[in-house]
Amino acid sequence: MTTPLANYLILAALLFAVGLAGALMRRNAVLVLIGLELMFNAANLNFIAFWRFNPHPERLTGLMFALFSIAIGAAEAAIGLALIIAIYRHRRTAQVDQFNSLKG
Amino acid sequence: MESIIKYLWLMPTAPLLAAGITALLPRRQRVLSAGLAIGAISISFVVACIAFSATLHAGGRATSNFRWLDFGSTSVQLGWVLDPLGAIMSVMVALVSLLIFIYSVGYMAKDDNFTRFFCFLAFFAAAMLGLVIANSLLLFFICWELVGLASYLLIGFWFQKPSAAAAAKKAFIVTRIGDLGFLAGMLLLYAKTGTLLFYDNGHGCLDRGAAGGVMVATTFISLLIFCGAVGKSGQIPLHVWLPDAMEGPTPVSALIHAATMVAAGVFLIARVYPLMSPESLKVVTWIGALTAVFAASIAVAQDDIKRILAYSTVSQLGYMMMGLGAGGVAVGMFHLTTHAFFKALLFMGAGSVIHGCHEEQDIRKMGGLRRRMPVTFATYAVGMMALCGVPLFFSGFWSKDAILGATHHWRTSPAPFYLGLAGAFLTAFYMTRQVVRVFFGKPATKEAEHAHESPSVMTVPLVILAVLAVMAGFFGTPAWPWFQSYLEGTPYEFDLSKLSEAVPIMLLSTGLVVAAIFLSGWIYGKTSAQAAREKDPLETAQPAIFALLRHKFFVDEFYDATVVNLTIVFALFSDWLDREIWDGLVRAVSRLTLALARLNRSVDESVINGSFDAGTETVRDSGKWMSLLQNGQTQRYLRVIGLSFCALLILLLWGSR
Amino acid sequence: MLNEIAFLLCASIILAGAVGAMMLRNLVHCALCAAGAFAGLAAIYLQLNAEFAGFAQLLVYVGAVAILIVFTILLTRSTELQPGAVHHSSSWWMGLLVGGLVLACLVGSIMSSPSLVRLPSQPASAPVKGIGEQLMSQYIMPLETIGLLLTSALLGAVVIAVREPEKSDPPAR
Repeated sequence: MTTPLANYLILAALLFAVGLAGALMRRNAVLVLIGLELMFNAANLNFIAFWRFNPHPERLTGLMFALFSIAIGAAEAAIGLALIIAIYRHRRTAQVDQFNSLKG
Repeated sequence: MESIIKYLWLMPTAPLLAAGITALLPRRQRVLSAGLAIGAISISFVVACIAFSATLHAGGRATSNFRWLDFGSTSVQLGWVLDPLGAIMSVMVALVSLLIFIYSVGYMAKDDNFTRFFCFLAFFAAAMLGLVIANSLLLFFICWELVGLASYLLIGFWFQKPSAAAAAKKAFIVTRIGDLGFLAGMLLLYAKTGTLLFYDNGHGCLDRGAAGGVMVATTFISLLIFCGAVGKSGQIPLHVWLPDAMEGPTPVSALIHAATMVAAGVFLIARVYPLMSPESLKVVTWIGALTAVFAASIAVAQDDIKRILAYSTVSQLGYMMMGLGAGGVAVGMFHLTTHAFFKALLFMGAGSVIHGCHEEQDIRKMGGLRRRMPVTFATYAVGMMALCGVPLFFSGFWSKDAILGATHHWRTSPAPFYLGLAGAFLTAFYMTRQVVRVFFGKPATKEAEHAHESPSVMTVPLVILAVLAVMAGFFGTPAWPWFQSYLEGTPYEFDLSKLSEAVPIMLLSTGLVVAAIFLSGWIYGKTSAQAAREKDPLETAQPAIFALLRHKFFVDEFYDATVVNLTIVFALFSDWLDREIWDGLVRAVSRLTLALARLNRSVDESVINGSFDAGTETVRDSGKWMSLLQNGQTQRYLRVIGLSFCALLILLLWGSR
Repeated sequence: MLNEIAFLLCASIILAGAVGAMMLRNLVHCALCAAGAFAGLAAIYLQLNAEFAGFAQLLVYVGAVAILIVFTILLTRSTELQPGAVHHSSSWWMGLLVGGLVLACLVGSIMSSPSLVRLPSQPASAPVKGIGEQLMSQYIMPLETIGLLLTSALLGAVVIAVREPEKSDPPAR
């Protein structure tokens, strides 16, 4: 394993940035959710990478965290998509800039 | 004397109380006001008689002084004095006032302002009596001014007449000019001697008399005081008010402008005689002589019965001054006393005539009143003869001859003597003219035809005064100089031989008087019913001179052109100054204030309000602008969160370095 | 040598998938690219000796989440969406900026940290047995909680998304 840790971290950072940019850029709510998922995954990658490069890898802390994170991410994706569907039923649109009834 | 001096103050106070009570009466009360006045003056007369008898017995003088004002370490003292001069004067004043008060009851019976008249009369009597007994030049001056005030009120009694109001103002203002000199003299005297009391156990200003102080200073002070006498006694050049003062009712003319007030000037000089230096006495004599002839000549050309008598008064006052200056106190005071009686008599007679002719005053419109008003005619004739100086029985003869004798012996110049003689001639002339036009001949108008005699309340005082006009003269003849020695405190004796010394002058004056009477009688005796429309014989003879005399030598016009115009110019200048300059300043200040106020308001509105409004606008705009952030768009919120996350990250990671 | 190539390959797949998921116009294409990215990530996990995590990733994300996303896209397809409509939101450059900023920060912090030179440890292994034991002993609480969470999420999703049979629903076209 000669790939330094930095590579993995930079990859995770790139993934995170892309996901963030996309979440902030796209109009469709589903795509915002996809961006969110990408960000989640980037964080997971960080955890795994750090576990791997830990002096004591038998502790499995990072791995555990990543597993739980995967589960929670799935749950959150389910809920979010359900919400999108519910909103779609009311508003007939899935564009986030139409959901502005909280306008101050 | 010591006992009476304590009660001497009753003499002026009684009429003053009468005047005060009358002034406060709620309604017009004729009986009460007249009764109060007459009663009060009777009390004064009684007190005066008591004082007079006290001086007869004791002689000398008594004073009673009291402290009036304190200022600093000095004090002003007032007081009254009882001496022969004051006693005789107060008796004369009280007696004449009493008679005239009684006369006024009849004369003013038809007037609406009866009450006011008696109030003023009583006030005048109080002030005059106060003046007579005053021991302090300050008290004298105060009463002097009060007498002037009473004169103003009484001359302008019928103030609805513009001529009366103007005459009252003229009297007051002209006498004021003289009083200015009087005041200045008083102040200088106080500065020089430290006291204004006349007699104060040797410390009074008259006690030191001419002996103390430099002659020059006394001349100046006494001349200044004489200025007051010039104004009050109608000497030239301040004589112009006296003829106009005839606008007042006849009792007023009789009392104030014949007998008493105008004599106050003469009395003043007599009072401060110790202060007069020989130089100032010369001035007094000259002015008196000139006045005598001047006024007598004007009287020749006048047609108003009262105006003739007024100029006669001015002329006789000139005689009194002449007598004071040349002969001394006794000579002047003797003529003053006799003049008071017969002049009051003449004025009251004139009032009776006016009353009888239904308020007609022009002698050309009268005539033949001898038969219709006998008592008036008789008493008037007595007065006229006394004034002219018809010999032996009439007082004016003795007093005028005393003056002529004094001026004859005057060392400075014989001119006053000749002027006095000329004056005597003129006096007889115009008096005869007046009597002939009024009482003799045929009546010129219907009113004169239907003239009636006056009621007894008016004629009885006339008779009493006529008796006095005769009797008073006998007290001052050279044979029995009781009056003179009484005043001077020297012994006297009845010595007929003394008469012989004065015979030449007596003859001379008698000759002149008789000549004048005959001349005037001859000229004017030929009057007929057309006299009122014809010109005066003298006017036809010498029209230019007659016009000059009738217009009183144009003195009034001269004064009007110079003094009055000067005052008007000055008044206009002051008005301009006040309106343009001072008012302009005030207006400028007010405009400045207005401008400041406007500036203040604009600053307040624009700057303060504006800044407030701008501030609130900014807040509102910033709020509006910031609320744009809250557009309800989730992605915007996310972006903001993202930015803040970056900022926080940067801060955490590199901020701590 | 082989590792680097494998790593680079997987990294490019991941990044291509991510970028495509965010940039493509067609929503289904985006979802598929996202699935590809997830798969790439699973490969990286495998490379990092986290086999269980990698297969779990494949199962959950690719197998469940990506399908869910596809279904949602299909269900929320709007008929008025024209082909030429803008699919980026307004001021999309802001999102780009934020993303760039975050990237810069992260990269900056990575580059400046001392863990850069950390070498990998001795070959690590994460046997499933070990994971199971850890789950049941040390991580029992989180495990049970996860179970509850998943149950409630399931129920919640059903509640939210269930169609109400009355009038609150406009008739679907």
